[in-house]
Amino acid sequence: MNIFGDALNWIIDPANYSGPGAIPMRLLEHLGFTFLTLLVASAIAIPFGFVIGHTGRGRGLAVTTSGGLRAIPTLGLLTLVALWIGIGLGAPYVALTVLAIPPILAGAYTGFEAIDRGAIDAARAVGMSEVQILTQVEIPLGLPLLIGGLRSAALQVVATATLAAYVADFGLGRYLFSGLKTRDYAQMLGGSILVILLALALEGIFATIQRVVVPRGVASTRLLVDRARPARPRPGMEPAITKGNP
Amino acid sequence: MIEFRSVSKQFPDGTLAVDDFSLTIPSHRTTVLVGSSGSGKTTLLRMINRMVDPTAGTIEIDGVDIASLEPVKLRRSIGYVMQNSGLLPHRKVVDNVATVPLLRGVPRKTARADALAMLDTVGLDRGLADRYPSQLSGGQQQRVGVARGLAVNPNILLMDEPFGAVDPIVRAELQQELVRLQSELGKTVVFVTHDVDEAFLLGDQVVILEEGGRIAQIGSPTDILAHPANDFVASFIGADRGKRALHVERHDGREVLVDSDGRLAGVLVGDAAPGQVGVPR
Repeated sequence: MNIFGDALNWIIDPANYSGPGAIPMRLLEHLGFTFLTLLVASAIAIPFGFVIGHTGRGRGLAVTTSGGLRAIPTLGLLTLVALWIGIGLGAPYVALTVLAIPPILAGAYTGFEAIDRGAIDAARAVGMSEVQILTQVEIPLGLPLLIGGLRSAALQVVATATLAAYVADFGLGRYLFSGLKTRDYAQMLGGSILVILLALALEGIFATIQRVVVPRGVASTRLLVDRARPARPRPGMEPAITKGNP
Repeated sequence: MIEFRSVSKQFPDGTLAVDDFSLTIPSHRTTVLVGSSGSGKTTLLRMINRMVDPTAGTIEIDGVDIASLEPVKLRRSIGYVMQNSGLLPHRKVVDNVATVPLLRGVPRKTARADALAMLDTVGLDRGLADRYPSQLSGGQQQRVGVARGLAVNPNILLMDEPFGAVDPIVRAELQQELVRLQSELGKTVVFVTHDVDEAFLLGDQVVILEEGGRIAQIGSPTDILAHPANDFVASFIGADRGKRALHVERHDGREVLVDSDGRLAGVLVGDAAPGQVGVPR
């Protein structure tokens, strides 16, 4: 008996594509949950990150807080919040938002910190207001690192969102929990594979976005350098002087 | 006219960068603040567009106390050129030059046309307009920086070691270019440098600063070279050595000038007509 074969059969079994708890529905739930969590976490973390990056103040506090948040075991927090506000989606949203905040926060302020101070100083000296510096200089130049933060947050949330099924009839995690209970390992593994595929797909999308948002003038530096300095000498580029010159 | 009246600046960490500094900077002339690091020259420059606010004293531009002006508005009326150009890396050359006019509400089309014309003024090919700063050489980037500083046609142009980071040949080129531009435009230029040669080449008025913004000497390059106020100035400008300390030697009936290292500096061709020595333009 091949458990992988069984899992793949479970994934392609038409019976799993209709009725309550069908794969497409669970996928959409899982995806929707991930996006909403990222949205809420962004709404909290990005403004804070921008303020820290723009003013250069509060970085120490942010690092400490992020470290603290990261150290919280998500399952523990989920259980705690569920005991407090009850069974349902509320607790997973809270727990996973807490999980998603640190990488987004770090992406937001490191994006600003990576910008050449001279460019920002000059922008201020020629008469940009603080808001204009933020919107016209810092956000466009800091965006790639912010997207990087969102990317790692998305990966963590989409993988950990399976826990939502712990306290609610929701998402791809359902297959894991019910499979475990009924010893249906094919369903369990099938569900895991779906989560992995979803994570890979999100990773691919975010990687593409991250590349696209690099401003052209910044991206062209790399192109220029690449063109100017070949990484390794190519045949025919060796000095010809060795010939006929004993 | 820019007037510093008993200006001091103490930074939050206690450093007294500038102590009781007073100076009048005349309009339509180039004033060079020259001094070694720690002389407070950049702090003084940045006080003029309120990038730094003094902790005591006042600064007036044409009789108006700038503390009463809104910093952002003030900065948009003053050209600013810095070391390493400070261009926005994600904007094309033409958009960098047009930055301030656009902030002041000039229509996009006009701003772009003006920016292209400004590239001509600073001696840049219009073909570079759609490049990004990273695609230009250091010298070209500095020219774009000057073009951006001049884009709103300001009365005052502040230059903070603008040619400090380019190689000597390009620096000499840019200096000549600035001399040419200034003879055409007649801006009130305040220029900061640690390079005495640069100060003497560009400055109508040269201010030699000691630590803490203490003025060691103010004057035209000729005044300072001919009559250094004290030993500090003499040693700072190198009046006592090298290519500045020349003496005459006779060689086959001609008088030749030799520097203190014994190197030939030139030939004496006769007395200068009155008024020829002094301000080079």
